[in-house]
Amino acid sequence: MEFNAIYVIVAREFKKFVRERSRLFSAIARPLLWLFIVGAGISRLVPRDTGVPYTQFIFPGIIGMTILFSSIFSSISIIWDKEFGFMKEILVAPVSRLSIVIGKALSGTIVSTIQAVIILALFPILGFKLGILQIIGVILISASISFSISSFGIVLATFYESYESFSVIMNFIIMPMFFLSGAMYPVKLLPDILRMVSKINPLTYGIDAIKHVVFPFETGKMSPDFPFIIDIMVIILSSIIFVIIAGKSFERRG
Amino acid sequence: MSIIRVENLTKRFNSITAVNDIFFEVEEGTIFGFLGPNGAGKTTTINILCTLLSPTSGRAFVAGHDCMKESAEVRRAIGIVFQDTTLDKDLSAYENLIFHAYLYNVAKDEMKQRVNDVLKFVDLYERKDDLVKKFSGGMKRRLEVARGLIHRPRVLFLDEPTLGLDPQSRTNLWEFIVELPEKHNVTIFMTTHYMEEAEVCDRIAIIDKGKIIAIGSPDELKRTVGGDIVYIRTSDNMNAREEIKRLFGFDVSEKEGELYMTCSMGDTCIPEMIRAIGEKVLSVRLQRPTLNDVFLKLTGKAIREEGVSSDEGVKEYVRAYRRRH
Repeated sequence: MEFNAIYVIVAREFKKFVRERSRLFSAIARPLLWLFIVGAGISRLVPRDTGVPYTQFIFPGIIGMTILFSSIFSSISIIWDKEFGFMKEILVAPVSRLSIVIGKALSGTIVSTIQAVIILALFPILGFKLGILQIIGVILISASISFSISSFGIVLATFYESYESFSVIMNFIIMPMFFLSGAMYPVKLLPDILRMVSKINPLTYGIDAIKHVVFPFETGKMSPDFPFIIDIMVIILSSIIFVIIAGKSFERRG
Repeated sequence: MSIIRVENLTKRFNSITAVNDIFFEVEEGTIFGFLGPNGAGKTTTINILCTLLSPTSGRAFVAGHDCMKESAEVRRAIGIVFQDTTLDKDLSAYENLIFHAYLYNVAKDEMKQRVNDVLKFVDLYERKDDLVKKFSGGMKRRLEVARGLIHRPRVLFLDEPTLGLDPQSRTNLWEFIVELPEKHNVTIFMTTHYMEEAEVCDRIAIIDKGKIIAIGSPDELKRTVGGDIVYIRTSDNMNAREEIKRLFGFDVSEKEGELYMTCSMGDTCIPEMIRAIGEKVLSVRLQRPTLNDVFLKLTGKAIREEGVSSDEGVKEYVRAYRRRH
């Protein structure tokens, strides 16, 4: 592994992220719209005695959404790099494909985690009181799920050559991943077939892990769906699998 | 020792044979040119040598390393300027080069110095902090040449380096390129479909439909056409024509009041002719065969000089359009 190469791939992404203020703004605006508009509307439908208030229940989901979008967007920039030729500069360098993939995955991780932290800073406004350990826990889980989703995004990006495919990814991958992640409603309440799909979605386990940290004493309908240890194992395993697949698909020569 | 060696290289894409059993060698420290029309297999060959493509069969070595088995070593030894720009337009010139320096593991304490040196070499030092999107086509290409030199490669590949540039930028870029072997101790492997540009090469391989049809120095290749054409205008064409025929045995023709003939060594043949029929000569001119004549003779067709640049322009436009939507 070439650490210089990994470092500079991450540094480039970070520099561009800081420069493009509009990207940061829209990345923060989207989850806020969901939180305050969709969340406020749906909360009226949820009986008050179900446990955690709905506006609080969707908070882990909103963090998950922030991570999902920014990680996939970050990785999808590989399609830009292919389209505009910059990818060739990286591919002809004496750098292993694994380093490129890890560099790209870490880029997505850093950018997403920063955004998750900004959303997390809004917790107190909703009347949440989180201990310092809970905050650290949420940040660590955010970082790991960001890495997994970013790696997944790289796998996607290696299969698509042009930007046209972006709307396909958006409509058929990102949106279903969001709705079937336990973000908006507990997975245990879904119909059987949808619950099965949720179970193969790595984001589900990331959001579930955050629920464990944020609502440690919840037991009813709104409680986490899987054991915490399972969540963590799935996040780690999926990261490894995606990185390996991405590395392999980068390896291909024509 | 040759720095590039290609043996029986073939590359097929499904039913299309892009490169068909080619063989060539490139001497270290020279400028080697691949000349041929679009779609002749030039870029495919470069991509194989740069380890981006696998050949269907045959072998290729760069700087003593096998392009298939030792791709990391080959990559360390080469720099590349691709046909389409591969710069990050949202980064500055300096940032693009620093990115490259890290990617090629240049020592940290040397990085800045090397980047500044190559920027000065291509006359872009003053603009180093500008974003690349503000650069003209010629500046971008120069920046890419500079970038390709940072890690001190032994071979620099230039794939159609002047494609889409205006004539002034082209001339300007060539001034840098011809200095490279000496100043940067590097071998140049370039492709082009512009005849005039191939003239700067020490050796040229002419490639058509995936096959190398001729290889040699520009002069050697031109000699195969059969020689120079000498045009003479005289005060008495009838007599002069007879005399030249009698004295030198040339087959003289006349066109628009001017006599012309083909002779193998035009520059030595002219003084002899003037000595013989001196008082009648009004004007003399010599036309050397061009590489286009060589190509014409070998393939029966001219290399099309149509503007690939306009096509490039459309591509850029489409990309920009997509990005906005």
